[in-house]
Amino acid sequence: MVWSWIPQNWTIIWQYTLDNAFLGLVPPLIGLIVAIPLGVASVRWRWTYPPLLSLASAIYALPSLALFVVLIDYTGLGNLTVMIPLALFSLCILLPSVVDGLRGVAEPTRQAATAMGFGDVRRLFEVELPISTPVVVAGLRVAVVSSISLASVGQLIGVSSLGYFFIDGFQRDFPTEVYVALVLVLALALVCDLILVAVGRLLTPWQRDQRGRRPATAWLGGAPWRV
Amino acid sequence: MGFFTYAFNWLSSSQQWHGAGGIPARVLQHLGYTGLSLLVAALIAVPLGIVIGHTGRGRFALVSLANIWRAIPTLGLLIMMAVLLGFSALTWLIPLVVLAIPPILVNSCEGVAGVDPDLKDAALGMGMTQWQLLRKVELPLATPLIVLGLRTAAIFVVATATIAAEIALGGLGRYIIDGLAADNYGEVAGGALIVVVLALAVQLFFAGVRRLIVPTGLRSQGKGPR
Repeated sequence: MVWSWIPQNWTIIWQYTLDNAFLGLVPPLIGLIVAIPLGVASVRWRWTYPPLLSLASAIYALPSLALFVVLIDYTGLGNLTVMIPLALFSLCILLPSVVDGLRGVAEPTRQAATAMGFGDVRRLFEVELPISTPVVVAGLRVAVVSSISLASVGQLIGVSSLGYFFIDGFQRDFPTEVYVALVLVLALALVCDLILVAVGRLLTPWQRDQRGRRPATAWLGGAPWRV
Repeated sequence: MGFFTYAFNWLSSSQQWHGAGGIPARVLQHLGYTGLSLLVAALIAVPLGIVIGHTGRGRFALVSLANIWRAIPTLGLLIMMAVLLGFSALTWLIPLVVLAIPPILVNSCEGVAGVDPDLKDAALGMGMTQWQLLRKVELPLATPLIVLGLRTAAIFVVATATIAAEIALGGLGRYIIDGLAADNYGEVAGGALIVVVLALAVQLFFAGVRRLIVPTGLRSQGKGPR
């Protein structure tokens, strides 16, 4: 460990951290923007959900490196080549979250909203989606944390992220770089995760009293686990 | 169209199909790495998860651990091992096992812990011992989640074994890494296509396993109206 390496290279460390944060945050947001209408549609037309879910879990199983290199031929060696697969993975994680969230809205709540004169659209935006927020945010946390750590694989095709230091440290046999980047990826993931937890709490003020009562969730890995 | 043309051109050349660097040998290598890592991980994680789930001790720590796990950059972990250990079997086995353990562990634990308390009460009321409760009630009910955990782990291991070519491991990632280094997109595309097919095959395999070992009484869940 060569500590002096850190201050000497602070500028590029910061730059690659920002690149990594961009690759870790934007694709999950794109995934979310697609997952919400898709999830609403899957709840509205039930038969569409099983095939969509199978497709999502198949896509989720694909190795990121393979998807990156498939896209090289279409989108070149730019950011998009890494962002598209990350957005797809995020979508696969978020679609079940959105659907489970919407299905978790109690029937009496739905009926109460209808009885108060809410139309389908207004009920969706003012009742159903807000109630789904905790489940969706949980999915978003998984998507963001995985994207942040997967983004470094993009370095293998030259898309810059903290992965730069993995490859460079390996090629120069200089472990300091590898350790620093590992710590930074974990720290970045932790910070983004905490921010999402905070955002989730801000968005659901009515849940504050119930904190700690929620059961531990099983390992879903973004994939369905129904038998 | 480009990708598939490149991939098929490369795949259709017969030299790809023979010898130590040929596709059959690489597929076997890749499956070997995946299988061995999964086996080691399962031997550690399934019993441990079941114990934690049955006793309820350490469950919270486990879920937190799983969240940290997702943040571990696989490439960084592999390279760190290569830098620390040089190149030996442990260099790839340790990271692959480390990555495979959390999903199996958490799912085994949650599968056992998630069994309906009423069922457990009924089983104990019928005079079952703790051991019988575990073996005859909790384990069968936990199998779907355990198999899902194994599948999730397998997905990660197949993907990570691909990336491990960067630290000079064999397997299918070799084609992608070597092809990128030599600017030979045909090799990259061919390698990527085989990896994709292999990943899907592994998924199908686990779908089959689930069909075989999940108790019949659990299978209808999730189908039909609820």
